[in-house]
Amino acid sequence: MIEEFIFTNLPALMVAVPLLAAFVCPLVAQISPAMRKMWVMGSMAITSLLGLLLVMRVYTMGTFVYVFGASTPGLSIPLDSGGIPIRIVFTVDAMSAFMDLIIAIVGFCVILYSLSSDERRTSPQYYYTLFLLLIAAVIGMVSTGDLFNFFVFIEISSLASAGLVAYSVEKGRAVEAGLKYFMVSALGGIFLLFVIGILYGQYDALNIAMIAQRMQFTMLDKIALVLLVAALAAKCGAVPMHFWTPDAYSLAPSSVTAMLVVASQASLYGLFRFTFTMYHLSLNYVTIGWTIIVLGVLSMVIGVTMAIPQKDVKRLMAYHAISQTGYMLLGVGVGLAVLGNETAINSFGTIAMEGGIFHIINHALYKGLLFLTAGAIIYRIGTRDLNRMGGLGHSMKYTMIFFIIGSLAIAGIPPFNGFASKLLIYESVYLFNPFLAIIAMVVSILTLASFVKVFHSIFMGPPLPEFASVREVPLPMLLGMGILATLVILFGVFPQTVVNLIVAPAVHALIDQSGYISAILGGA
Amino acid sequence: MNLMTTLSTGSGFWNPVLWLVALIITLIIAYLIWARGERQYKAGTEQVKPFISGNPEPRKGAVHIRAGNLYWGFTDALQGYYRRVIPLHTGILTDYLLWVLWVTALVCILVVV
Amino acid sequence: MLWNLPFIAVVLLTAIGISIILLKKNLVKIFMGLNVLTSAVNLFIIAVGYREGGIAPIFTNAPSPVMVMPTPQALCLTSIVIGVATTAVLLAFAMLLYRMYGTNDVEAIRELRG
Repeated sequence: MIEEFIFTNLPALMVAVPLLAAFVCPLVAQISPAMRKMWVMGSMAITSLLGLLLVMRVYTMGTFVYVFGASTPGLSIPLDSGGIPIRIVFTVDAMSAFMDLIIAIVGFCVILYSLSSDERRTSPQYYYTLFLLLIAAVIGMVSTGDLFNFFVFIEISSLASAGLVAYSVEKGRAVEAGLKYFMVSALGGIFLLFVIGILYGQYDALNIAMIAQRMQFTMLDKIALVLLVAALAAKCGAVPMHFWTPDAYSLAPSSVTAMLVVASQASLYGLFRFTFTMYHLSLNYVTIGWTIIVLGVLSMVIGVTMAIPQKDVKRLMAYHAISQTGYMLLGVGVGLAVLGNETAINSFGTIAMEGGIFHIINHALYKGLLFLTAGAIIYRIGTRDLNRMGGLGHSMKYTMIFFIIGSLAIAGIPPFNGFASKLLIYESVYLFNPFLAIIAMVVSILTLASFVKVFHSIFMGPPLPEFASVREVPLPMLLGMGILATLVILFGVFPQTVVNLIVAPAVHALIDQSGYISAILGGA
Repeated sequence: MNLMTTLSTGSGFWNPVLWLVALIITLIIAYLIWARGERQYKAGTEQVKPFISGNPEPRKGAVHIRAGNLYWGFTDALQGYYRRVIPLHTGILTDYLLWVLWVTALVCILVVV
Repeated sequence: MLWNLPFIAVVLLTAIGISIILLKKNLVKIFMGLNVLTSAVNLFIIAVGYREGGIAPIFTNAPSPVMVMPTPQALCLTSIVIGVATTAVLLAFAMLLYRMYGTNDVEAIRELRG
């Protein structure tokens, strides 16, 4: 009975559990801090478990359509509605499930880590309210099949993450970072609302599948597409709209930064979902594809070159996050640019997209790991300034090992997971345009160079007298990092398994627009 | 090789297990070379101190090369680039919003026209 | 011409909102510009959803069973609520920044750069 209830309502529960847990958290915290920790950890564990169940179900049984308030959860079009899905529909296809998997893994590790790392914060109960709210919003963003619903969740995620970025005021600097992040997000939100108005005015529908079916690509649709691309690219931190990223990522608490990476990727998911599923072939795919490629290449180059002279460890990593986002944009952009060309998409387009999508999960894992190790170092020595660090390899051995794993993965050194996805991108992009592949490789080398610098200045050298009392971080933090590091290695050693199991279905779900439409509108 | 681990990239393949085997063999060779090192030394004498041509050993803090000194040559060589790019990150909120609007306008011109 | 009046108002409000955001230096004024921009979008959605002679979907005593879908109004309400939350958070940020930096000038709030 209860099993059946859980299985029929999985997508709703995925959002409902963290949402409810978020707002009950301050009440539970009244009892005792230990209860609060158990509550937060327990609810996140349940969410992750539900996420994994949902992912398994979607990958074995196909797209999961869940309709809120319908007599049966699969009934997307009520009989008396005239063929319009008027209710809010959650459409969890393979691509959404892929993102849910990322959130389930990273969310669990990050919450586990933050139980120790954030215990010194003032009023942690509100901190966790925002944190769980962010997780709920990101899950909602990737699960929803409704345009307006997407807007609501993206606004919730902006609100929650702005609050989290500014949480440790740090003499106002964190607030400044939060302000910049939030203003850019708010502008993006307004763009999205404009898009919703335009599309609803033309097609009388908010459901993505319904709009996709009725799409005519008029002049207004072109403007809507431009606004969508700009808003979502700004939210995922593509150059030249990346300026908020280093501020927000470096000033946020480290556990939050790892989650912010995932939140940015949810925006990236939105970008891919709308261009591929909603517009598909009707859009001018060569132009938009090249726009995304150019944004990606700019992100890669400017991100990595800006990272090299940085002196703040988290700011440096934030610039690398921008540069890695460029790889995903490049891979999927190549797929988009050849979408209408049957031979090209079969020979290298799908592979490029597989590389880009695979890079999303790899990036979430290793970037999360790197931000967590940076947080562990800051937790122990209390400074972010690379010039004041040194010799920590003697006292923080496990953190050092995790850092090595993460930085080799981000630089694309075999056998870690970054190499597998980058190899897919290099080889397929080379067939598309050799010049782009060469840029991607050079960026990878610069990434390695920059992480050699970070590694040297944090861990190498003789033990410094000012850090004589530094010890290894507590066990929950090590566990959180350890899970991510293990997955980084596993994904690197069994790349084809991962690609076959989760990446290829996600790519197929993006390309196959009619499958998405018929899942909701039923064989139309 | 094994289908579980071989990643086919369309125009080639990549097998991490083969690579790991090669890595392990390299590590074994490295260990063998390392194990041939001198074992007879007297702990606590000058033999275990770093050799810097007889000069006195500097403080531990002074030995470590700090992050700001690394890649000085790289940033110096690309100064022309960095002089243009770093000032773009002005830190002023309105500039950031203006960039978003610029990109929107540019993409708009590309797509609509 | 008269029928297009709401859309002309939308364009004007958008232009005013964007120029306030870009030209004003005080943070509070910038937030006001953002609110003007939000109002422009809300007006746009409402104007798109307007049907001449439409019947409000209140089922008691409705003159005809054919009524207007209230979706745009619902969207607009949601967006107003989100706008309130956004403004509240932004004003809290402005207050904290004023307390910490001693200024609300957007060009003086630039500790983070490079």
